[in-house]
Amino acid sequence: MNFIEARKLVHEYIRRDENDNVESILTALDEVNLDVKQGEFVAILGHNGSGKSTLAKHLNVLLRPSGGTLWVNGKDAQDAGNIWDIRQSTGMVFQNPDNQIIASVVEEDVAFGPENIGVPTTEIWKRVEKSLKSVGMIQYREHSPNRLSGGQKQRVAIAGVMAMEPKCIVLDEPTAMLDPNGRREVLEAVGQLGKEKGVTVILITHYMEEVIRADRVYVMDNGKVVMQGTPRAIFSQVDTLKSYRLDVPQITLLAYELRKAGVPVPEGILTRQELVEALCQLY
Amino acid sequence: MSIILDKVNYVYSEKTAYEIQALKDINLKINDGEFIGIIGHTGSGKSTLIQHLNGLVKASSGGIYYNGQDIYDADYKLKDLRGKVGLVFQYPEHQLFETTVFADVCFGPRNRGLSRKDSELKAFTALRSVGLSEDYWYRSPFELSGGQKRRTAIAGVLAMEPEVLVLDEPTAGLDPKGRDEILDLVAKLHRERQMTVILVSHSMEDVAKYVQRLIVMNHGSVLYDGTPAEVFAHYRELEEVGLAAPQVTYLMHELRKRGIPANGVATTLEEAKQSIMQAFSEKYSEQKATHWQ
Repeated sequence: MNFIEARKLVHEYIRRDENDNVESILTALDEVNLDVKQGEFVAILGHNGSGKSTLAKHLNVLLRPSGGTLWVNGKDAQDAGNIWDIRQSTGMVFQNPDNQIIASVVEEDVAFGPENIGVPTTEIWKRVEKSLKSVGMIQYREHSPNRLSGGQKQRVAIAGVMAMEPKCIVLDEPTAMLDPNGRREVLEAVGQLGKEKGVTVILITHYMEEVIRADRVYVMDNGKVVMQGTPRAIFSQVDTLKSYRLDVPQITLLAYELRKAGVPVPEGILTRQELVEALCQLY
Repeated sequence: MSIILDKVNYVYSEKTAYEIQALKDINLKINDGEFIGIIGHTGSGKSTLIQHLNGLVKASSGGIYYNGQDIYDADYKLKDLRGKVGLVFQYPEHQLFETTVFADVCFGPRNRGLSRKDSELKAFTALRSVGLSEDYWYRSPFELSGGQKRRTAIAGVLAMEPEVLVLDEPTAGLDPKGRDEILDLVAKLHRERQMTVILVSHSMEDVAKYVQRLIVMNHGSVLYDGTPAEVFAHYRELEEVGLAAPQVTYLMHELRKRGIPANGVATTLEEAKQSIMQAFSEKYSEQKATHWQ
């Protein structure tokens, strides 16, 4: 069985007036099917309001399905008895680093999660050290999180999730508030998780460049999954992506424009290196 | 008409253990009608700098002159300056609070003492200019999408009819289409109203595409100040301070290294495309020439 299996997953935000009568229903997820294998790196794209974050919040049962089925780590998310198991197997990192840090010392912040689920003290310190090392923040273990940059804070937040030793980590626009350096740091940390630790990574983002390294990409629009495939297959469809208010990486767009103007570079170019090679071969 | 910063220094928590010098001897002249980009990593002093421009933060030393008048003069009216220099903060939609979009945009002019009628007129013009459809004007701002909320917040600043518009990362958190819409709106205000625009951004691609002049901040000082092409020619130095050039600039350099005569100062997709097309067409016509010999 896949680590995550969603079948016709539906979520409705229902607004009620003061007499508890339904005022309006917004279908944020509309029969979404999603399959993610253990250890996969999956990216989810979609414009503001397309349902990405609503989907993410189902994966560790911050929201519960209004309809359809969702299985995470072999457990049914509809069953209230499974909530805590699912939350332990799937950790989340949110957009704003300042909203996720609670302790006054970095290592205590990372220790909060495992302590909360009753991990023995000696084991907690081992995990804290291991996870701070894996995000490259071990030298800041005794620092105050207040003095860290945005990218560093996000990496501490990721370490905090890693210390729970989840099988899957869901990152909801983790780089939206960071500068280019911070973005690179966080993405490298995320890449390490998947490669070294076999953790399933689900990355939600608005930056097209960030999904190039993903195994698969899902594109959402109006609560539906409208495209899925490898980054190369997805980014070959420039016009379709634009119709969903999305974009392609700048290099991919340049290759596309060159093709339209008659330079026969191949479709689906993702990186600078690929475009340099393609142009050199033609020249 | 200009803003002049003369040896501006700013120190946070002065004379305490947490003293940090956020700005060091900043000398800048911002001319009327310019479209300026400011880049720099987190903590480089960008936000502190722009907060000086409308007097929100007072320099620890140095002077700031708006149209030749010293804004720190005892009888200078800072309140007027705040009307002339409109500041759009990061995530400005967090500051929306009224019950309807229209009321929210009216708040600024009303607060400056304008009559209800005049305020509404200004709000009307501002909402028109940000391109927000009238269907949304009498809804709660909280029912709008991220991009619409952002435009409402910008309209709130435009309703004050500023001469200078300063935007701190106006596209953060928006989807690609939303980013294009906001930046196209800002470019339109600059083009059609000759408004001076100062754009703080983390996206090298965006500043390369839109601005005429680019200022790079590093550790509270101005590291570079020039056209995007001039500034991005220093891409190695930019990397050392945690920044980078646009992707296409790197591409051009790599192509040159491999013997394709690409334009090394191209910073936008359009420039890169033209330069590559030209290299190919020259090569092609050369081949044709030898063929005909």
